[in-house]
Amino acid sequence: MTASFPALGLILLLPALGVLFNLFLGRRCGRAAVNFVGPAVIFGAFAVGCWAFATLLTMPRGAALAVTLWPWIEAGSFHVDFALRMDALSAVMTLIVSGVGAFIHLYSVGYMAHDEDYARFFTYMNLFMFSMLVLVLADNLLMMFVGWEGVGLCSYLLISFWYSNAEFAYNGRKAFVVNRIGDAGFILGILTLVYALGSHGVWTLTFTGMQAHREILGTTWGPLGCSVATVAGLLLFLGATGKSAQIPLYVWLPDAMVGPTPVSALIHAATMVTAGVYMVARLHFLFIMSPPTMNLIATIAALTAFFAATIALVQPDIKRVLAYSTISQIGYMFMGVGVGAFASGIFHVMTHAFFKALLFLCAGSVMHALDGEQDMNRMGGLWRKLPITYATMLIAALAISALPGFSGYFSKDLILESVYDSGHVGLWLLGVITAGLTSFYIFRLIFMTFHGTSHVDPQRAAHIHESPPVMTIPLLVLALFATFGGWINVPGHFLWGDAFVRFLAPVTGNFKPVMEASPTMLSMLAVAATVIGIAFAWLLYIRQPQLPGRMAETATGLYRTLLRKYYIDELYNTLVSRPLFWIAGPALARGVDQQGIDGLVDGSAMTVENSGEAVRRVETGNVQHYVLVYLFGAVAIAAYYLYLVMR
Amino acid sequence: MIVPPSWFMALGAVLFAIGVAGVVLRRNVIVMLMSIELMLNAVNLTFIAVSRALGSVDGQVIVLFVITLAAAEAAIGLAIIIASFRNRETVNADEMNLMRW
Amino acid sequence: MPLGLFIFLAALAVLSALGVILQRNPVHCLMALVLTLLDIAVLFIGLGAVTVGFLQAIVYVGAIMILFLFVIWLLNLRVEQRPSGHPALKLFGAIGAAALFAELCTFVIKAPSTAGLSTVPAGFGSIASIAQALFTNYLIAFEVTSLLLLVAVIGAVALARRPANIAGKQSRSL
Repeated sequence: MTASFPALGLILLLPALGVLFNLFLGRRCGRAAVNFVGPAVIFGAFAVGCWAFATLLTMPRGAALAVTLWPWIEAGSFHVDFALRMDALSAVMTLIVSGVGAFIHLYSVGYMAHDEDYARFFTYMNLFMFSMLVLVLADNLLMMFVGWEGVGLCSYLLISFWYSNAEFAYNGRKAFVVNRIGDAGFILGILTLVYALGSHGVWTLTFTGMQAHREILGTTWGPLGCSVATVAGLLLFLGATGKSAQIPLYVWLPDAMVGPTPVSALIHAATMVTAGVYMVARLHFLFIMSPPTMNLIATIAALTAFFAATIALVQPDIKRVLAYSTISQIGYMFMGVGVGAFASGIFHVMTHAFFKALLFLCAGSVMHALDGEQDMNRMGGLWRKLPITYATMLIAALAISALPGFSGYFSKDLILESVYDSGHVGLWLLGVITAGLTSFYIFRLIFMTFHGTSHVDPQRAAHIHESPPVMTIPLLVLALFATFGGWINVPGHFLWGDAFVRFLAPVTGNFKPVMEASPTMLSMLAVAATVIGIAFAWLLYIRQPQLPGRMAETATGLYRTLLRKYYIDELYNTLVSRPLFWIAGPALARGVDQQGIDGLVDGSAMTVENSGEAVRRVETGNVQHYVLVYLFGAVAIAAYYLYLVMR
Repeated sequence: MIVPPSWFMALGAVLFAIGVAGVVLRRNVIVMLMSIELMLNAVNLTFIAVSRALGSVDGQVIVLFVITLAAAEAAIGLAIIIASFRNRETVNADEMNLMRW
Repeated sequence: MPLGLFIFLAALAVLSALGVILQRNPVHCLMALVLTLLDIAVLFIGLGAVTVGFLQAIVYVGAIMILFLFVIWLLNLRVEQRPSGHPALKLFGAIGAAALFAELCTFVIKAPSTAGLSTVPAGFGSIASIAQALFTNYLIAFEVTSLLLLVAVIGAVALARRPANIAGKQSRSL
C-alpha cells in the first residue's frame, strides 16, 4: 500500500535551500553562517528521513510513502511526474546518504577552515546532496537519471574544486567525460525501455509501473534475438560501470582523489559510487529476467574487485589506496546483486559507507596534521600523536577486513555466501582471495602511516596535532556505526536473524540459493584469508621493513605494472583519446574545415579574381580594336542572315 | 542599256567596305571620321537606288535625314577632337588609350 | 543612266575612296573624299533624285567637308609618319572588311531582282514631291531633327570652347 507523505518533499527542499543560501548569500553572510547552514540543512534532511522511516516502520511490510511534486512531461500517453517514493529500499539509501553526508558536512567545516572558497564548497556539497537524494527517492527512471546526471556534475565541480591547478581541472574533466560514456549507455537503456513498453501500449517509466508490466520485458527485441531485459540491462549496466567505477570505466576514480578529502569521502566512497548498485537493486525485476546480464555483472564485478585490490597493494599515496579499495569493494556489491542477492549488495553499500567514509576522513585528518602530505613513505609512527584518528582508522580497517563482529564482516560474508550458493564457485574463490588482499593492503596502510619509524619531514613533524572536535566527532560517530552497524543483519538463526534482508525483501525480492553449503565453513575460509592478509602485512611492514623493498627489486616488472595500474590509462589514451584528437585536429579541423571548406570559399573567390585579371586585358583602350571586334560581330550577324536567305 | 539598281547597291557595298577598312586601318582620328562619312554616303547611295527601284520618294527623304545627321555628328566629333587635342597634343588613335586596363 | 557613264562614275568613286583611306596627308584624304562625294551626287541625279543630289553637293561637300578642312588647319596636322600600326590589326581589319564586302555582294546578288526599274511617277525626285513627303508623313521626324541640330550646335560650341582660366599660360594658336 502507498501512503501520501508530503514531508518527503522537505528532504529535497532543505538541501536546495542550502544551495541557494550558500550560492547567493554565502560570501556576504560570512564563514560562520555558511558553516552553520551547510551541515544544518543536511541534518535537517536526515531528521525528516528518520521521521519518514519511523512512519514506514509502522506500516505493513512492502508499504511505501509517496508524494507527487509536480507533473513534468505530458506527451500524449507518455507521462512522467516529479514524484518521490520511499519504500524500504529508498528509505535505507536515504538514511545512509543523508546521515553519513551530514557528518561529512560537519567534518568539512573543520577541514576547509583555512580555505577562502568555503561558500562555493558548501554550495556544491549541498547541490550534490540534493541530486543524490533526487536519485534515491525518484519514483521513475527518468527522474532518477536527472539525479544521476546531477551527481555527475557535482562530482566534476568538486573534483576540480581547486581549479587553478591544471592537473586537478584535468582530472575533473576526465571524470566527467568517462562518466558521460556510461551515461550514453544509460540513456540508450531508458530509450529501449520506453520503446519496448510503448510498442505494447504501456507508457510509463515509474518503477512500480514497469514492474507491473514486466512480462513485456521478456519479449525479444531487436535483430540479435535478445530479450528487452537483456538489451536494456546491459545498457543500464554500462551506465553503472561509469558511475560506480567498474571495469571498463573506473579510470576516473583514482584521479578524482585530487579533490578535497571530504569530497572523496562523500562522493567517491559512500554515496555517488553506490548509485549504480542502487539502480540495479531498484530494477531487480528487470535484471532477474536476463540471466546473461546478471552473469556478466557478477563476473565483471569479481574481476574488478580482484584487479583493483592488486593495484592497491603497491600504491604509495594514501588516498589512492583508498580509491582502489573503493573500486574493489563496489565490485563486491555488484557481485552480490549480480547473483540475485540484491539485499546483500545494499547491505554492503551501507556498511561500506560507514567504514570507507571513515577511512577517508581519517586519511584527511592525517593529511590535515601533516600539512597536506599524502605519500605514505613520508609518514610513520603517528599513532601517539594522533590517537583518535588512529583508533578510528584502526576500527575502520578491521571493518573493511571483515573481521568477525565488525560491520564489514556481516555484509561481506553475506555476499560471499550468496555468490557460492548461486553456483558461481569460481567467483566466490576470487572474492575470498580478494578479501585476503584487502586486509593486506589496508593494514599495510595502517602500519606505514601510524607505526614503525617516522619518515615525516622534520619541519612538518613539529606541527603534528590531532584534529579539532568538529572533525573528530564525525570520526567517532562513524566508528560507532562501523563497529555495530552490521549487527542489524546477523545470520539466520541468531537473534533477530536476517532482519535487514527481510526488511528489504518485499522490494528487492527473495534470493533463491542454488547450492547449500555450510555457511560456517565458508565464513571460516574467508576469515582465514583475512587473517593471513593481516599477518603478511604485519610481517612486511613491522617485522621486516626491508622486505618490501627487496621484493620490489626482485620482481621489478610485476611491481612496476602494479604501480602503474597495468598501464590502463596509457592504453585508453592510445586507443581512444589519440584517435579522437586526430579526428578532431588534422582530419576535421585542418582537412575538412581549413582545406576543404575554406579552400572552397577562398578558391571560388580566387577563381573570380584570377579570371577577372585575365579578362580585363580585353580592354585595350584603343578604339580601333573595339571597332574591329564590332566589325566581326556585324560580319557574324550578316552571315547568319545570309544563311537564312540561302536556305 | 539601263543600269539596274542592284548595280548601284553593289557599288554602295564596295564603298561601305572601303569605309570600314579605313576606320580600322588608319590611326589618324580625322581620317577615321572621314571614313565614317564615306560609309554613310555608301548607305545613302543604296537608299536612293532602292527608292528608284520601288518608285517611292521615301528613300530620298531618309537620305535627307541622314545627311542632316551626318552634319551634326561631324560637328560634334570634330569638336571632341579639338578638345582632346588641347590636352594630348595628338590625333593618333593609338595614343588615346586612357581607358585601358 | 547609260552604262558607260555608270562604269566611269563607279570606277572614279572606288578609286577616290581608296585614295581617302590610303593617302598620307590628311588634306589629300579630304580632297579625295570631296571627289567621292561629288561623284555620288552625280549618281543620285542619275537615279532620279535630283533634289537630294544637289543637296548632297551643297550641304555635304560644301559645308561638312569645309568643316573638316578647318579642323585640319586648326590642329596644324602634319603629314603622318610611317604608319607603325600592329600588323595583326591590319590583317584582321583587311579580313573583316573583305568578309563584309563579300556578304554585302551576296545579299545584293541574291536579292529578288526588280527587273529593271519600275515606272516612276512624274515629278519623282522633285522638290515638290520631297516637300510633300517631308511635311506630311515625316513631319515629326523633321521637327525632331531640327531640335537635334540645335543640340549639336550648342554641343559643338561647348566642347570646342577655349578653357576659362589659362592665366599666365602662353596662348596657343587654338
